[in-house]
Amino acid sequence: MPRVAFIEPGGGRREIDAQAGISLMENARQRGVPGIVAQCGGACACATCHVYVRPDWLARLAPKEEMEEAMLETAWEPRPNSRLSCQIEVTSALDGLEVTVPAQQGQG
Amino acid sequence: MISTILIIGAGQAGAQAIDTLRKEGFTGRVVLIGEEGELPYQRPPLSKKYLCGELATDRLPFRHRAFYDEHRIELRLGRKVVRLDAGAREVALDDGETLRYDRLMLCLGAGSRRLTCPGATLAGVHYLRGISDVPPLQAGLKAGARVVVIGGGYIGLEVAATSRKMGCEVTVLEMADRLMNRVVAPTVSQYFASEHAAHGIDIRCDMRVVRLEGRDRVEGVVCADGSTVAADRVVVGVGAVAVTDIAQDAGLAVDNGIQVDEHCRTSDASIFAAGDCTNHPSPHYRRRVRLESVDNAFEQAKTAALNLLGRETVHDKIPWFWSDQFDNKLLIVGLSQDHDTQILRGDPASRSFSICYLKGRELLALEAVNHLKDYITARKLIADRTPMDLDKLRNIDIPLKEAI
Repeated sequence: MPRVAFIEPGGGRREIDAQAGISLMENARQRGVPGIVAQCGGACACATCHVYVRPDWLARLAPKEEMEEAMLETAWEPRPNSRLSCQIEVTSALDGLEVTVPAQQGQG
Repeated sequence: MISTILIIGAGQAGAQAIDTLRKEGFTGRVVLIGEEGELPYQRPPLSKKYLCGELATDRLPFRHRAFYDEHRIELRLGRKVVRLDAGAREVALDDGETLRYDRLMLCLGAGSRRLTCPGATLAGVHYLRGISDVPPLQAGLKAGARVVVIGGGYIGLEVAATSRKMGCEVTVLEMADRLMNRVVAPTVSQYFASEHAAHGIDIRCDMRVVRLEGRDRVEGVVCADGSTVAADRVVVGVGAVAVTDIAQDAGLAVDNGIQVDEHCRTSDASIFAAGDCTNHPSPHYRRRVRLESVDNAFEQAKTAALNLLGRETVHDKIPWFWSDQFDNKLLIVGLSQDHDTQILRGDPASRSFSICYLKGRELLALEAVNHLKDYITARKLIADRTPMDLDKLRNIDIPLKEAI
Protein backbone atom coordinates (compact mmCIF):
# COMPACT_ATOMS: atom_id res chain seq x y z
CA MET A 1 0.00 0.00 0.00
CA PRO A 2 1.42 3.40 -0.93
CA ARG A 3 1.99 5.57 2.09
CA VAL A 4 0.94 9.19 1.68
CA ALA A 5 1.24 12.12 4.07
CA PHE A 6 -1.10 15.01 4.77
CA ILE A 7 0.34 18.08 6.45
CA GLU A 8 -2.43 19.71 8.44
CA PRO A 9 -2.80 23.50 8.50
CA GLY A 10 -1.49 23.55 12.08
CA GLY A 11 1.65 21.74 10.94
CA GLY A 12 0.68 18.27 12.16
CA ARG A 13 1.57 15.38 9.88
CA ARG A 14 -0.75 12.48 9.26
CA GLU A 15 0.40 9.49 7.26
CA ILE A 16 -1.99 6.90 5.93
CA ASP A 17 -1.61 3.64 4.06
CA ALA A 18 -3.65 4.57 1.04
CA GLN A 19 -5.74 2.20 -1.01
CA ALA A 20 -4.61 2.18 -4.65
CA GLY A 21 -7.22 2.50 -7.39
CA ILE A 22 -9.28 5.15 -5.63
CA SER A 23 -8.64 8.85 -5.31
CA LEU A 24 -6.52 10.60 -2.75
CA MET A 25 -9.67 12.43 -1.62
CA GLU A 26 -11.55 9.19 -0.95
CA ASN A 27 -8.64 7.84 1.03
CA ALA A 28 -8.50 11.01 3.10
CA ARG A 29 -12.25 11.20 3.65
CA GLN A 30 -12.61 7.56 4.68
CA ARG A 31 -9.95 8.04 7.38
CA GLY A 32 -11.29 11.45 8.36
CA VAL A 33 -8.23 13.52 7.49
CA PRO A 34 -9.29 16.96 8.77
CA GLY A 35 -9.84 19.63 6.15
CA ILE A 36 -10.64 17.33 3.23
CA VAL A 37 -14.29 18.26 2.90
CA ALA A 38 -15.14 16.85 -0.54
CA GLN A 39 -18.68 18.11 -0.59
CA CYS A 40 -19.56 16.89 -4.08
CA GLY A 41 -18.09 13.45 -3.49
CA GLY A 42 -15.58 13.60 -6.30
CA ALA A 43 -17.70 14.97 -9.15
CA CYS A 44 -15.18 17.79 -9.69
CA ALA A 45 -17.94 20.26 -8.86
CA CYS A 46 -16.91 21.99 -5.65
CA ALA A 47 -13.15 22.47 -4.97
CA THR A 48 -13.46 21.52 -1.29
CA CYS A 49 -10.85 18.73 -1.45
CA HIS A 50 -8.14 21.19 -2.43
CA VAL A 51 -4.55 20.36 -1.44
CA TYR A 52 -1.10 21.81 -2.06
CA VAL A 53 1.19 19.16 -3.50
CA ARG A 54 4.82 19.20 -2.38
CA PRO A 55 6.46 20.81 -5.43
CA ASP A 56 8.85 17.96 -6.21
CA TRP A 57 5.82 15.65 -6.52
CA LEU A 58 3.87 17.82 -8.95
CA ALA A 59 5.41 16.52 -12.14
CA ARG A 60 4.92 12.92 -11.02
CA LEU A 61 1.14 13.27 -10.94
CA ALA A 62 -1.10 12.89 -13.98
CA PRO A 63 -1.66 16.41 -15.34
CA LYS A 64 -4.75 18.45 -14.56
CA GLU A 65 -7.67 18.34 -16.92
CA GLU A 66 -9.50 21.49 -17.97
CA MET A 67 -12.35 20.90 -15.49
CA GLU A 68 -10.00 20.68 -12.55
CA GLU A 69 -8.07 23.71 -13.71
CA ALA A 70 -11.27 25.77 -13.86
CA MET A 71 -12.57 24.48 -10.56
CA LEU A 72 -9.31 25.28 -8.80
CA GLU A 73 -9.87 28.94 -9.56
CA THR A 74 -12.71 28.83 -7.04
CA ALA A 75 -10.63 27.17 -4.36
CA TRP A 76 -9.54 29.05 -1.26
CA GLU A 77 -6.09 30.58 -1.97
CA PRO A 78 -5.04 28.52 -4.99
CA ARG A 79 -1.31 28.29 -5.69
CA PRO A 80 0.72 26.88 -8.58
CA ASN A 81 0.98 23.56 -6.71
CA SER A 82 -2.77 23.34 -6.04
CA ARG A 83 -4.66 20.19 -6.97
CA LEU A 84 -8.07 18.72 -6.26
CA SER A 85 -7.40 15.52 -4.37
CA CYS A 86 -10.47 13.89 -5.95
CA GLN A 87 -8.69 14.03 -9.30
CA ILE A 88 -5.53 12.28 -8.08
CA GLU A 89 -5.80 8.52 -8.36
CA VAL A 90 -3.63 6.71 -5.88
CA THR A 91 -1.21 4.21 -7.42
CA SER A 92 1.83 2.44 -6.04
CA ALA A 93 3.93 5.09 -7.78
CA LEU A 94 2.60 7.64 -5.30
CA ASP A 95 4.29 6.02 -2.32
CA GLY A 96 5.82 8.90 -0.35
CA LEU A 97 3.50 11.60 -1.72
CA GLU A 98 3.12 14.59 0.56
CA VAL A 99 0.37 17.19 0.37
CA THR A 100 -0.60 20.11 2.57
CA VAL A 101 -4.20 20.74 3.55
CA PRO A 102 -5.21 24.42 3.23
CA ALA A 103 -6.46 26.29 6.29
CA GLN A 104 -9.87 26.62 4.62
CA GLN A 105 -11.93 24.92 1.94
CA GLY A 106 -14.45 26.53 -0.37
CA GLN A 107 -15.57 30.11 -0.28
CA GLY A 108 -15.66 30.17 3.53
CA MET B 1 -23.85 22.70 30.20
CA ILE B 2 -24.21 20.65 27.07
CA SER B 3 -23.06 17.11 27.71
CA THR B 4 -25.13 15.01 25.29
CA ILE B 5 -25.98 15.76 21.69
CA LEU B 6 -28.25 13.43 19.74
CA ILE B 7 -28.41 13.46 15.98
CA ILE B 8 -31.36 11.75 14.33
CA GLY B 9 -30.66 10.88 10.71
CA ALA B 10 -27.37 9.49 9.39
CA GLY B 11 -27.32 11.07 5.95
CA GLN B 12 -25.24 13.89 4.53
CA ALA B 13 -26.37 16.38 7.19
CA GLY B 14 -25.94 14.03 10.13
CA ALA B 15 -22.47 13.05 8.98
CA GLN B 16 -21.44 16.66 8.58
CA ALA B 17 -22.81 17.65 11.98
CA ILE B 18 -20.48 15.15 13.67
CA ASP B 19 -17.49 16.57 11.86
CA THR B 20 -18.26 20.10 12.90
CA LEU B 21 -19.04 19.22 16.52
CA ARG B 22 -15.73 17.44 17.01
CA LYS B 23 -13.76 19.97 14.99
CA GLU B 24 -15.14 22.72 17.21
CA GLY B 25 -13.87 20.91 20.25
CA PHE B 26 -17.06 19.43 21.65
CA THR B 27 -15.87 16.55 23.82
CA GLY B 28 -19.19 15.38 25.23
CA ARG B 29 -21.37 12.48 24.23
CA VAL B 30 -22.51 12.36 20.59
CA VAL B 31 -25.04 9.74 19.48
CA LEU B 32 -25.96 9.27 15.83
CA ILE B 33 -29.21 7.45 15.12
CA GLY B 34 -29.91 6.12 11.63
CA GLU B 35 -32.75 3.96 10.37
CA GLU B 36 -30.90 2.32 7.54
CA GLY B 37 -28.35 0.19 9.34
CA GLU B 38 -25.56 1.61 7.18
CA LEU B 39 -22.66 3.86 8.08
CA PRO B 40 -23.44 7.37 6.77
CA TYR B 41 -23.03 7.18 3.01
CA GLN B 42 -23.22 9.23 -0.16
CA ARG B 43 -26.56 9.20 -1.93
CA PRO B 44 -25.77 10.87 -5.28
CA PRO B 45 -24.03 7.78 -6.77
CA LEU B 46 -27.15 5.64 -6.16
CA SER B 47 -28.69 6.77 -9.45
CA LYS B 48 -25.37 6.85 -11.27
CA LYS B 49 -22.18 4.84 -10.78
CA TYR B 50 -23.47 2.72 -7.93
CA LEU B 51 -26.56 1.65 -9.84
CA CYS B 52 -24.56 0.33 -12.78
CA GLY B 53 -22.04 -1.38 -10.52
CA GLU B 54 -19.09 0.86 -11.34
CA LEU B 55 -18.78 1.92 -7.72
CA ALA B 56 -18.37 -0.80 -5.11
CA THR B 57 -20.48 -0.75 -1.94
CA ASP B 58 -17.48 -0.15 0.28
CA ARG B 59 -16.88 3.16 -1.48
CA LEU B 60 -20.24 4.67 -0.58
CA PRO B 61 -19.70 5.45 3.13
CA PHE B 62 -18.17 8.83 3.87
CA ARG B 63 -15.95 7.41 6.56
CA HIS B 64 -14.65 4.04 7.69
CA ARG B 65 -16.09 2.70 10.92
CA ALA B 66 -12.79 3.38 12.70
CA PHE B 67 -13.39 7.09 12.29
CA TYR B 68 -16.48 6.94 14.50
CA ASP B 69 -14.63 4.99 17.18
CA GLU B 70 -11.70 7.37 17.05
CA HIS B 71 -14.01 10.36 17.52
CA ARG B 72 -16.15 8.61 20.12
CA ILE B 73 -19.36 8.79 18.12
CA GLU B 74 -21.95 6.34 19.41
CA LEU B 75 -23.76 4.80 16.49
CA ARG B 76 -27.32 3.52 16.67
CA LEU B 77 -27.74 2.24 13.15
CA GLY B 78 -30.77 0.30 12.01
CA ARG B 79 -32.76 1.93 14.81
CA LYS B 80 -35.88 3.95 14.44
CA VAL B 81 -37.00 6.77 16.70
CA VAL B 82 -40.53 6.02 17.85
CA ARG B 83 -41.05 9.05 20.06
CA LEU B 84 -39.53 12.42 20.72
CA ASP B 85 -40.51 14.02 24.01
CA ALA B 86 -39.31 17.60 23.68
CA GLY B 87 -40.46 18.54 27.19
CA ALA B 88 -38.44 15.78 28.84
CA ARG B 89 -35.67 16.07 26.21
CA GLU B 90 -35.89 12.38 25.59
CA VAL B 91 -35.95 10.14 22.54
CA ALA B 92 -37.29 6.59 22.49
CA LEU B 93 -35.97 4.02 20.02
CA ASP B 94 -37.80 1.03 18.58
CA ASP B 95 -35.69 -1.42 20.60
CA GLY B 96 -36.80 0.13 23.88
CA GLU B 97 -33.75 2.28 24.52
CA THR B 98 -34.37 5.84 25.66
CA LEU B 99 -31.79 8.56 25.25
CA ARG B 100 -31.76 11.92 27.01
CA TYR B 101 -30.27 14.94 25.31
CA ASP B 102 -29.22 18.48 26.01
CA ARG B 103 -29.34 19.37 22.33
CA LEU B 104 -30.98 17.49 19.49
CA MET B 105 -30.43 17.75 15.78
CA LEU B 106 -32.97 16.47 13.27
CA CYS B 107 -31.48 15.45 9.93
CA LEU B 108 -34.45 13.42 8.73
CA GLY B 109 -34.06 13.99 5.01
CA ALA B 110 -36.78 13.52 2.42
CA GLY B 111 -38.67 10.47 1.23
CA SER B 112 -39.85 9.55 -2.25
CA ARG B 113 -43.27 10.85 -3.17
CA ARG B 114 -45.36 7.76 -3.82
CA LEU B 115 -47.46 7.01 -6.84
CA THR B 116 -51.09 6.58 -5.83
CA CYS B 117 -52.73 5.39 -9.05
CA PRO B 118 -54.18 1.88 -9.37
CA GLY B 119 -51.45 -0.74 -9.70
CA ALA B 120 -48.87 1.45 -7.96
CA THR B 121 -47.96 -1.27 -5.50
CA LEU B 122 -47.40 -4.04 -8.07
CA ALA B 123 -44.12 -5.95 -7.96
CA GLY B 124 -41.54 -4.48 -10.32
CA VAL B 125 -42.31 -0.89 -9.34
CA HIS B 126 -39.24 0.76 -7.81
CA TYR B 127 -38.25 3.90 -5.97
CA LEU B 128 -34.69 5.03 -5.44
CA ARG B 129 -33.80 6.68 -2.17
CA GLY B 130 -31.47 4.44 -0.21
CA ILE B 131 -28.88 1.67 -0.64
CA SER B 132 -31.46 -1.05 -0.04
CA ASP B 133 -33.50 0.15 -3.03
CA VAL B 134 -30.61 -0.60 -5.37
CA PRO B 135 -30.19 -4.42 -5.48
CA PRO B 136 -33.83 -5.21 -6.37
CA LEU B 137 -33.80 -2.55 -9.08
CA GLN B 138 -30.37 -3.57 -10.36
CA ALA B 139 -31.57 -7.16 -10.72
CA GLY B 140 -34.13 -5.97 -13.23
CA LEU B 141 -31.84 -3.78 -15.31
CA LYS B 142 -30.70 -6.53 -17.66
CA ALA B 143 -29.83 -5.81 -21.27
CA GLY B 144 -33.03 -5.61 -23.28
CA ALA B 145 -35.29 -5.13 -20.26
CA ARG B 146 -38.06 -2.59 -20.86
CA VAL B 147 -37.71 0.10 -18.23
CA VAL B 148 -40.32 2.79 -17.85
CA VAL B 149 -39.30 5.80 -15.78
CA ILE B 150 -42.18 7.84 -14.41
CA GLY B 151 -41.02 11.42 -13.86
CA GLY B 152 -38.47 13.36 -15.88
CA GLY B 153 -36.67 15.09 -13.01
CA TYR B 154 -33.07 14.65 -11.85
CA ILE B 155 -33.47 11.16 -10.41
CA GLY B 156 -35.68 9.88 -13.21
CA LEU B 157 -33.32 11.11 -15.89
CA GLU B 158 -30.21 9.88 -14.12
CA VAL B 159 -31.77 6.44 -13.72
CA ALA B 160 -32.85 6.54 -17.38
CA ALA B 161 -29.31 7.36 -18.53
CA THR B 162 -27.77 4.69 -16.30
CA SER B 163 -30.29 2.00 -17.34
CA ARG B 164 -29.67 2.82 -20.97
CA LYS B 165 -25.92 2.47 -20.44
CA MET B 166 -26.70 -0.96 -18.98
CA GLY B 167 -28.47 -1.90 -22.21
CA CYS B 168 -32.13 -1.47 -21.23
CA GLU B 169 -34.89 -0.17 -23.50
CA VAL B 170 -35.92 2.98 -21.68
CA THR B 171 -39.01 5.18 -21.85
CA VAL B 172 -39.42 8.32 -19.72
CA LEU B 173 -42.94 9.55 -19.03
CA GLU B 174 -43.16 13.15 -17.86
CA MET B 175 -46.42 14.77 -16.83
CA ALA B 176 -45.35 18.35 -17.67
CA ASP B 177 -44.67 19.61 -21.16
CA ARG B 178 -40.91 19.37 -20.67
CA LEU B 179 -38.20 17.63 -18.63
CA MET B 180 -36.99 18.98 -15.25
CA ASN B 181 -39.58 21.73 -15.65
CA ARG B 182 -39.40 22.86 -12.04
CA VAL B 183 -35.66 23.33 -12.01
CA VAL B 184 -34.34 24.38 -15.42
CA ALA B 185 -35.09 26.68 -18.36
CA PRO B 186 -36.90 25.34 -21.46
CA THR B 187 -33.65 25.49 -23.47
CA VAL B 188 -31.96 23.20 -20.96
CA SER B 189 -34.98 20.84 -20.93
CA GLN B 190 -34.82 20.68 -24.69
CA TYR B 191 -31.09 20.04 -24.69
CA PHE B 192 -31.41 17.12 -22.28
CA ALA B 193 -34.42 15.73 -24.16
CA SER B 194 -32.36 15.55 -27.33
CA GLU B 195 -29.34 14.10 -25.49
CA HIS B 196 -31.50 11.32 -24.09
CA ALA B 197 -33.17 10.74 -27.45
CA ALA B 198 -29.76 10.57 -29.15
CA HIS B 199 -28.85 7.75 -26.75
CA GLY B 200 -31.99 5.87 -27.72
CA ILE B 201 -34.25 6.82 -24.83
CA ASP B 202 -37.90 7.40 -25.66
CA ILE B 203 -38.84 10.69 -23.98
CA ARG B 204 -42.57 11.39 -23.79
CA CYS B 205 -43.80 14.62 -22.20
CA ASP B 206 -47.39 15.66 -21.43
CA MET B 207 -47.95 12.09 -20.30
CA ARG B 208 -50.05 11.61 -17.20
CA VAL B 209 -49.96 8.10 -15.83
CA VAL B 210 -53.41 6.82 -14.86
CA ARG B 211 -52.66 3.25 -13.85
CA LEU B 212 -50.15 0.43 -13.87
CA GLU B 213 -51.22 -2.91 -15.28
CA GLY B 214 -50.08 -6.43 -14.69
CA ARG B 215 -51.16 -9.71 -13.14
CA ASP B 216 -48.52 -10.66 -10.59
CA ARG B 217 -46.17 -7.90 -11.47
CA VAL B 218 -46.14 -4.73 -13.52
CA GLU B 219 -46.43 -5.28 -17.28
CA GLY B 220 -47.52 -1.90 -18.59
CA VAL B 221 -48.08 1.76 -17.80
CA VAL B 222 -51.32 3.30 -19.00
CA CYS B 223 -51.39 7.02 -19.74
CA ALA B 224 -54.27 9.51 -19.84
CA ASP B 225 -54.15 9.65 -23.64
CA GLY B 226 -55.04 5.95 -23.73
CA SER B 227 -51.59 4.73 -24.71
CA THR B 228 -49.92 1.85 -22.89
CA VAL B 229 -46.17 1.43 -22.56
CA ALA B 230 -45.01 -2.13 -21.99
CA ALA B 231 -42.76 -2.46 -18.95
CA ASP B 232 -40.63 -5.07 -17.23
CA ARG B 233 -39.64 -2.55 -14.58
CA VAL B 234 -41.03 0.81 -13.55
CA VAL B 235 -38.96 3.38 -11.72
CA VAL B 236 -40.85 6.19 -10.05
CA GLY B 237 -39.14 9.56 -9.60
CA VAL B 238 -41.95 12.02 -8.98
CA GLY B 239 -40.40 14.17 -6.32
CA ALA B 240 -39.70 14.00 -2.63
CA VAL B 241 -41.42 15.04 0.54
CA ALA B 242 -39.69 16.24 3.68
CA VAL B 243 -39.67 13.71 6.51
CA THR B 244 -41.26 15.51 9.45
CA ASP B 245 -43.27 12.92 11.40
CA ILE B 246 -41.12 12.89 14.55
CA ALA B 247 -41.06 16.68 14.65
CA GLN B 248 -44.77 17.00 14.04
CA ASP B 249 -45.64 14.48 16.75
CA ALA B 250 -43.41 16.36 19.19
CA GLY B 251 -45.31 19.56 18.50
CA LEU B 252 -42.59 21.42 16.58
CA ALA B 253 -43.65 23.91 13.93
CA VAL B 254 -43.92 22.11 10.57
CA ASP B 255 -45.07 23.55 7.26
CA ASN B 256 -43.66 21.97 4.11
CA GLY B 257 -40.69 20.90 6.18
CA ILE B 258 -39.57 21.45 9.74
CA GLN B 259 -39.60 25.20 10.28
CA VAL B 260 -36.23 26.55 11.33
CA ASP B 261 -34.82 30.05 11.64
CA GLU B 262 -31.64 31.36 10.02
CA HIS B 263 -29.68 29.66 12.82
CA CYS B 264 -31.25 26.29 11.92
CA ARG B 265 -33.13 26.30 15.23
CA THR B 266 -36.62 24.80 15.34
CA SER B 267 -39.52 26.18 17.38
CA ASP B 268 -37.92 24.38 20.36
CA ALA B 269 -34.70 26.17 21.39
CA SER B 270 -32.93 22.88 22.20
CA ILE B 271 -33.72 21.29 18.85
CA PHE B 272 -32.02 22.13 15.57
CA ALA B 273 -32.65 20.74 12.11
CA ALA B 274 -30.71 20.59 8.85
CA GLY B 275 -31.00 19.38 5.28
CA ASP B 276 -33.88 18.27 3.06
CA CYS B 277 -36.30 18.05 6.01
CA THR B 278 -36.15 21.76 6.79
CA ASN B 279 -38.04 24.78 5.63
CA HIS B 280 -35.69 27.68 6.22
CA PRO B 281 -35.19 31.35 5.47
CA SER B 282 -32.78 32.34 2.74
CA PRO B 283 -31.57 35.80 3.74
CA HIS B 284 -30.06 36.34 0.29
CA TYR B 285 -33.34 35.63 -1.53
CA ARG B 286 -35.47 37.12 1.26
CA ARG B 287 -37.92 34.24 1.43
CA ARG B 288 -38.33 30.79 2.91
CA VAL B 289 -37.21 27.74 0.95
CA ARG B 290 -37.09 23.97 1.20
CA LEU B 291 -34.19 22.57 -0.77
CA GLU B 292 -33.26 19.04 -1.74
CA SER B 293 -29.54 19.16 -2.15
CA VAL B 294 -26.29 17.77 -0.85
CA ASP B 295 -24.82 21.24 -0.58
CA ASN B 296 -27.66 22.60 1.51
CA ALA B 297 -27.61 19.58 3.83
CA PHE B 298 -23.91 20.05 4.29
CA GLU B 299 -23.98 23.80 4.90
CA GLN B 300 -27.01 23.78 7.17
CA ALA B 301 -25.59 20.96 9.25
CA LYS B 302 -22.41 22.93 9.73
CA THR B 303 -24.35 26.02 10.78
CA ALA B 304 -26.69 24.04 13.02
CA ALA B 305 -23.78 22.33 14.78
CA LEU B 306 -22.06 25.66 15.42
CA ASN B 307 -25.22 27.23 16.81
CA LEU B 308 -25.93 24.17 18.87
CA LEU B 309 -22.62 24.85 20.62
CA GLY B 310 -23.62 28.45 21.20
CA ARG B 311 -21.75 30.11 18.33
CA GLU B 312 -24.10 32.52 16.63
CA THR B 313 -23.88 31.74 12.93
CA VAL B 314 -26.38 32.49 10.18
CA HIS B 315 -27.08 30.09 7.32
CA ASP B 316 -26.98 32.27 4.23
CA LYS B 317 -25.44 30.37 1.33
CA ILE B 318 -26.18 30.51 -2.35
CA PRO B 319 -27.42 26.97 -3.04
CA TRP B 320 -26.05 24.87 -5.85
CA PHE B 321 -27.06 21.62 -7.49
CA TRP B 322 -25.58 19.24 -10.00
CA SER B 323 -26.68 16.38 -12.21
CA ASP B 324 -24.68 14.01 -14.42
CA GLN B 325 -26.49 12.51 -17.39
CA PHE B 326 -24.42 10.61 -19.94
CA ASP B 327 -21.34 12.77 -20.43
CA ASN B 328 -23.16 16.00 -19.57
CA LYS B 329 -22.64 17.94 -16.40
CA LEU B 330 -25.46 20.25 -15.41
CA LEU B 331 -24.54 22.73 -12.70
CA ILE B 332 -27.04 25.16 -11.22
CA VAL B 333 -26.25 27.95 -8.81
CA GLY B 334 -28.81 30.17 -7.14
CA LEU B 335 -32.60 30.22 -7.16
CA SER B 336 -34.30 31.55 -10.27
CA GLN B 337 -37.79 32.31 -8.91
CA ASP B 338 -38.86 35.94 -9.32
CA HIS B 339 -36.60 36.57 -12.32
CA ASP B 340 -37.80 38.92 -15.04
CA THR B 341 -35.20 38.12 -17.71
CA GLN B 342 -33.63 34.91 -19.00
CA ILE B 343 -30.53 35.14 -21.15
CA LEU B 344 -28.96 32.31 -23.11
CA ARG B 345 -25.18 32.45 -23.36
CA GLY B 346 -23.69 30.32 -26.12
CA ASP B 347 -25.20 27.82 -28.51
CA PRO B 348 -26.74 24.58 -27.19
CA ALA B 349 -25.57 22.91 -30.42
CA SER B 350 -22.00 23.42 -29.19
CA ARG B 351 -22.95 21.29 -26.13
CA SER B 352 -21.69 23.99 -23.80
CA PHE B 353 -23.87 26.93 -22.78
CA SER B 354 -25.47 28.66 -19.84
CA ILE B 355 -28.70 30.40 -18.92
CA CYS B 356 -28.69 33.52 -16.77
CA TYR B 357 -31.68 34.53 -14.68
CA LEU B 358 -31.91 38.18 -13.74
CA LYS B 359 -34.15 40.50 -11.87
CA GLY B 360 -33.36 43.92 -13.22
CA ARG B 361 -29.58 43.88 -13.36
CA GLU B 362 -29.13 41.42 -10.52
CA LEU B 363 -28.10 37.86 -11.39
CA LEU B 364 -30.31 35.50 -9.38
CA ALA B 365 -29.26 32.15 -10.77
CA LEU B 366 -27.36 30.45 -13.56
CA GLU B 367 -27.69 27.04 -15.18
CA ALA B 368 -24.54 25.77 -16.84
CA VAL B 369 -24.49 22.84 -19.23
CA ASN B 370 -20.91 21.67 -19.61
CA HIS B 371 -19.83 25.22 -18.88
CA LEU B 372 -17.86 25.24 -15.66
CA LYS B 373 -16.44 28.72 -16.18
CA ASP B 374 -19.79 30.52 -16.18
CA TYR B 375 -20.94 28.45 -13.23
CA ILE B 376 -17.88 29.33 -11.19
CA THR B 377 -18.05 33.03 -12.03
CA ALA B 378 -21.78 33.16 -11.32
CA ARG B 379 -21.35 31.92 -7.74
CA LYS B 380 -19.52 35.10 -6.85
CA LEU B 381 -21.60 37.48 -8.99
CA ILE B 382 -24.80 36.19 -7.37
CA ALA B 383 -23.46 36.38 -3.83
CA ASP B 384 -22.15 39.91 -4.37
CA ARG B 385 -25.29 41.08 -6.20
CA THR B 386 -23.01 42.58 -8.85
CA PRO B 387 -25.06 44.67 -11.32
CA MET B 388 -24.81 43.00 -14.74
CA ASP B 389 -24.75 44.49 -18.23
CA LEU B 390 -27.48 42.62 -20.12
CA ASP B 391 -26.15 43.38 -23.60
CA LYS B 392 -22.70 42.12 -22.70
CA LEU B 393 -24.27 39.03 -21.12
CA ARG B 394 -25.85 38.07 -24.44
CA ASN B 395 -22.44 38.09 -26.10
CA ILE B 396 -20.74 34.78 -25.37
CA ASP B 397 -17.42 36.23 -26.55
CA ILE B 398 -17.44 38.45 -23.47
CA PRO B 399 -16.48 36.42 -20.40
CA LEU B 400 -19.16 36.42 -17.73
CA LYS B 401 -16.95 38.19 -15.22
CA GLU B 402 -16.58 41.11 -17.65
CA ALA B 403 -20.31 41.38 -18.37
CA ILE B 404 -20.76 43.85 -15.52
